[in-house]
Amino acid sequence: MKRYSAFAVAREALRNHTGWNRAWAKPTQPKKKYDAIIVGAGGHGLATAYYLGKNFGITNVAILEKGWLGGGNTGRNTTIIRSNYLQDPSAAIYEKSRSLYETMSQDLNYNVMFSPRGVIMLAQTQSEIRGYKRTAHANALQGVTTEWISPQRVKELVPIMNIDGPRYPVLGGLWQARGGTARHDAVAWGYARACSDMGMDVIQQCEVTGVRTHQGKVVGVDTSKGPIDCDKLGMVVAGHASVLAEKAGFRLPMESVALQALVSEPIKPCMDVVVMANTVHGYMSQSDKGEMVIGGGTDGYNNYTQRGSFHHIEETVRALVETFPMIARLKMLRQWGGIVDVTGDRSPILSKTPVDGIFVNCGWGTGGFKAIPGSGWAMAELMAKGQSPLTEEFNMFRFREGKFIDESVAAGVAH
Amino acid sequence: MLTLNCPYCGVNADETDLHGEGEAHLKRHGPGSSDDEFHDYLFQRQNPKGVHFERWRHIYGCGKFFHAARCTATLQVFGTYSAQTLEPPQAIKDTITAARPGWSWGDFS
Repeated sequence: MKRYSAFAVAREALRNHTGWNRAWAKPTQPKKKYDAIIVGAGGHGLATAYYLGKNFGITNVAILEKGWLGGGNTGRNTTIIRSNYLQDPSAAIYEKSRSLYETMSQDLNYNVMFSPRGVIMLAQTQSEIRGYKRTAHANALQGVTTEWISPQRVKELVPIMNIDGPRYPVLGGLWQARGGTARHDAVAWGYARACSDMGMDVIQQCEVTGVRTHQGKVVGVDTSKGPIDCDKLGMVVAGHASVLAEKAGFRLPMESVALQALVSEPIKPCMDVVVMANTVHGYMSQSDKGEMVIGGGTDGYNNYTQRGSFHHIEETVRALVETFPMIARLKMLRQWGGIVDVTGDRSPILSKTPVDGIFVNCGWGTGGFKAIPGSGWAMAELMAKGQSPLTEEFNMFRFREGKFIDESVAAGVAH
Repeated sequence: MLTLNCPYCGVNADETDLHGEGEAHLKRHGPGSSDDEFHDYLFQRQNPKGVHFERWRHIYGCGKFFHAARCTATLQVFGTYSAQTLEPPQAIKDTITAARPGWSWGDFS
């Protein structure tokens, strides 16, 4: 792999850019057998493969993707990164993830444009004030830097905000100064490039059609490009986790629903932090291109179509207009939907499964992007060693024990 | 927008008048059941990509719960029916079989 650097840009500028290589190899046919197969070349799948190679030296790995690289939820999110969760296991894995984002561009030699611009979660009701103060105290104990800030400080940070709206006044906020955003595609591309450099095969347009097991242990997968053998199988397919699990003969405690987002036309810089308003269920940031990136809530029914209902967009925008009066006159450019995998306690599943050798990483629901590096780090450890301190509490059997990691109550809904 | 016909009041209700209540025909296991059975009742879901039976409530209408048969891969609605039943009526099953030959789900066929 040729390193990207300012020197490389200058060198290539002098020879008409003839020296650039493909960022990652494009094998068309898989090998007969791999030590580990990861299904799903989104952020989480690629990160899992990357840390399998980097931390554990397992490089005979294939990453299979039925569509194209990073074309699922990795390419459909609102790129928010934060770690201000209430429960200890969540704070641990999300904070690991946030800290890995800080050095990701250097680690991968690929600019993921991590922008630690700060994230405010607005408190707009009395119960949110209590909830976020509690989260701030919990975060202090967990070593996650957050603070409770006054409405005046919110107004200083976001001058375009109307803090004394009649319906949803801003009563304060939970501020995480080291949260922010990153370029979502670059995260997938950077990991793919690094995986390819370690000799892993990233195979696109290769759909897994079946999982082969022998005496309760995985032995391989059937794909649209033929059968492939493997010792270990990691399922990292988000919204389609239930479908893939069924092929392997077990069920997961989750449901797939559509989550939508939209962007406005590009405008001049007007907001340099990420704002989340969980009462009205909208969140907004400004992209580097100047678009206002807006996300809302999930639809209320099972759906695999990557399309959502328009009234959810209407509700989100209507609610945000009171807090951000200036967006009332913005034209919206694009809208899209992704299929998110939501568990009963709104926390992910990183777990062994009833089938020996199969590991599952899913259930990130509406907040998977921020977790990509931490999830990959923990999942790689789980696959390589059979256990990881970061994933212990997130096993799929926690529901049976009643050991929920309940973020649905703790974080409102959007998280 | 998703539109479902409420089998109780006959209104073709828009999604905004309705509230999704999750998978239908879950069996609630009573006293003496095993932990696994109760776990499955509470948490395990079919979550199929395809034919899905679900509970809905006509929340801004007559307020009643009813059942709907829908395809989660295409958003096609196969029909709605009363909640006072343990399995879909034959007419709904026939509609689904006509639209999805070879279809089967759970205990139904």
